[in-house]
Amino acid sequence: MKHLLSIEDLDRDGIETILERAASFAEVSRREIKKVPTLRGQTVVTLFYESSTRTSSSFELAAKRLSADVVSVKAGGSSVDKGESLKDTVETLSAYGPSAIVLRHPHAGSADMLTDWVDAAVINAGDGMHQHPSQTLLDLFTLRNSIGSLEGRSIWIIGDVLHSRVARSNIQGFQKMGASVTVAGPPTLIPRGIESTGCEVRYSLDGLESADVVYLLRLQNERMGENFVPSIREYARLFQVNGRRLGPRQLVMHPGPVNRGIEISSDVIDSDRSLIAEQVASGLVVRMAILYELLTGPESVRIDSAPEDPVQIGEPA
Amino acid sequence: MNGGPETVEQPLPEPLVQRPGRLASVLLAGASIMDPVTGLDGTYDLMVEEGRITEIADAGSLTASGDAETVDGNGKFVFPAFFDPHVHLRTPGQEYKEDLETGTRAAAAGGYAGLLAMANTSPPVSSPADIDALRHRARNEASVPVGFLATVTRGMEGRELTDMAELREAGAVGFTDDGVPVTNPGILRKALQYQAMCGGRIALHEEDPDLSAGGAMHEGEISLELGLRGVPSITESVMIARDAAIAGYEGGAIQIQHLSAVESIEAVRRARADGVDITCEVTPHHLCLTDEAVRDLNASKHKMNPPLRSEEDRQALIEALLDGTIDCIATDHAPHAVEEKEVPYEAAMMGVTGLETAFSSLYTELVLPGTIPLSLLVEKLGCGGAPFGIDPFRIAVGQAANICLVDLEAEWTVGEQGYESRSSNSWCDGRRLTGKVLMTLAGGQVAYRLRSFSLGVA
Repeated sequence: MKHLLSIEDLDRDGIETILERAASFAEVSRREIKKVPTLRGQTVVTLFYESSTRTSSSFELAAKRLSADVVSVKAGGSSVDKGESLKDTVETLSAYGPSAIVLRHPHAGSADMLTDWVDAAVINAGDGMHQHPSQTLLDLFTLRNSIGSLEGRSIWIIGDVLHSRVARSNIQGFQKMGASVTVAGPPTLIPRGIESTGCEVRYSLDGLESADVVYLLRLQNERMGENFVPSIREYARLFQVNGRRLGPRQLVMHPGPVNRGIEISSDVIDSDRSLIAEQVASGLVVRMAILYELLTGPESVRIDSAPEDPVQIGEPA
Repeated sequence: MNGGPETVEQPLPEPLVQRPGRLASVLLAGASIMDPVTGLDGTYDLMVEEGRITEIADAGSLTASGDAETVDGNGKFVFPAFFDPHVHLRTPGQEYKEDLETGTRAAAAGGYAGLLAMANTSPPVSSPADIDALRHRARNEASVPVGFLATVTRGMEGRELTDMAELREAGAVGFTDDGVPVTNPGILRKALQYQAMCGGRIALHEEDPDLSAGGAMHEGEISLELGLRGVPSITESVMIARDAAIAGYEGGAIQIQHLSAVESIEAVRRARADGVDITCEVTPHHLCLTDEAVRDLNASKHKMNPPLRSEEDRQALIEALLDGTIDCIATDHAPHAVEEKEVPYEAAMMGVTGLETAFSSLYTELVLPGTIPLSLLVEKLGCGGAPFGIDPFRIAVGQAANICLVDLEAEWTVGEQGYESRSSNSWCDGRRLTGKVLMTLAGGQVAYRLRSFSLGVA
């Protein structure tokens, strides 16, 4: 594997390999010296055309923990503001000879386009409403640590599925790992024909008690102006996941940022049923694993090799 | 229909204008001639003198006289040249995409001898002076006769009618806000009322902007998978139904541009059954491609409006072409610069070029597999002027020479030798096609001859 553009680029074994690798990096992260020299001398560029807290910071830190040099470019305050095209910006950054470019862009397929323009490995950190594969991998890692195998599990994805790249990636990722997926929300926010991807569709939270995992999506405020929902108040009444609607063994996830009191109540966020903090912690080690797999091996996901023994990396780089 | 007062018939200018040039004298010897209008179908010698067809006789019976050149037509086909009622020549204001010279050269290379240019230029063609200026430029630059449409609303802003009567007097062949719909039904109604006085069919880009809602491709399984906002088929059909009702009420004449979906075809059939004067066109790309093609996210080849739709829609369009629901084939030739297309799919401009490949693509994709007969293709590529009062070209003695010579066996790769158009956003780029235009006579002039095609027997 040379690039990570879509969760479809990985089969179940490929996903397992990255999750295994992430597990070994999680072990590194618990040590006093959290840095390994794997990518010493290599450059990783992160290029973000949309605001992001979790994804940009965790990719940056992941690359640094692997000892790569990191160049972070955000659309605001760069030549992008001056009207430079994506192609020209990317070609400029390519002059630094990066091993990987991590791209977040508001338009679907942007990361795919980059692969025609650069030699670097391209990592899609979210493209429009299309894909967000590193999010899916970190969610799978989080679930593996909390409930183990997803085989036969029921996962509900609730909220604005229509505009969500996380939903598109996660439906595919959850199904690949053996889970059954139900999407729920108002019909205006459920894409027409989504049944064809093998999910069940619900327009209410009736039956939510059957879910092992409840995965919430952010309700973006601007959707109300576009009449996708008549009011936030009504949406919250119909679709908010709160203590009353959740059983004691059901787990709750959210890719962030969270709207407290809208799609999810504060008591649920702060309860032990919430995996939201675990998701953020997983983000770092999973993104380390992604960089490792793309940049250290031949052009495929390697299954046999372990990361360098952390014992040998005594000196901070 | 209105039974209103008789209008005084003003003689209108010739609808099409071309750069004057040497009139051709050429003997096309022994080619298969097929003219779906006259019914001529067989192998003949065809003599063109001073730009007119002067003789059609048994193969081998004619010899060129004087300065006339002889072209060996053995094994080749001669058709009446094609007419495209829907092209974007980007003049004035966007000559970096196309101008009258490059656009008509592309047309000639595709076998066309007549074009109608859309009015969504920069600024839009909204005043008689704009029409005057364009016709003047065409007299200097156009190797193929071109007619110009004017906008329905001033500046295409959808608010005020243009000076339709004066535009007609200046030479506007018809009216269109193509590129955008006429969203206000009251404005369209008044334009159709004015049409009763001044004529000029109104060509309509049918789309409800609120239903399209910024979509980038056909709404279906593939848009869902690619995470692209979808444009539902009904965005087109609801507007066709609305506008056909208005046209029916006013007794007006409308042309539905670039039909793309099965619901649209049904709307046209219903309107026609109700007696509405409604004509419609289809593009080669909607006849050959579906939304499957968008998977490659190649905006240069596969992003246009209306979008490529489903296989069911494509089959319905072919069916409608066969049963006569669709009047003609129009390319919607829409050139764009590389930098407008080499951006993420959603951000790219909409439109593909088509003049140079219309015949070859449809011959390859629809005639060779036996889906439609050759004669139907030639007919539907030729009759696009009819809704605007321009008769199809005919191969008959006394007619001006508007003909194309085609090698139906030649294979070529689109774009390999570059393009005559200034832009390269051809939906056929890189495609291997069968059938190549060798020579085009337009308005009696040799408008095109293939560079590598050796003319004459000498």
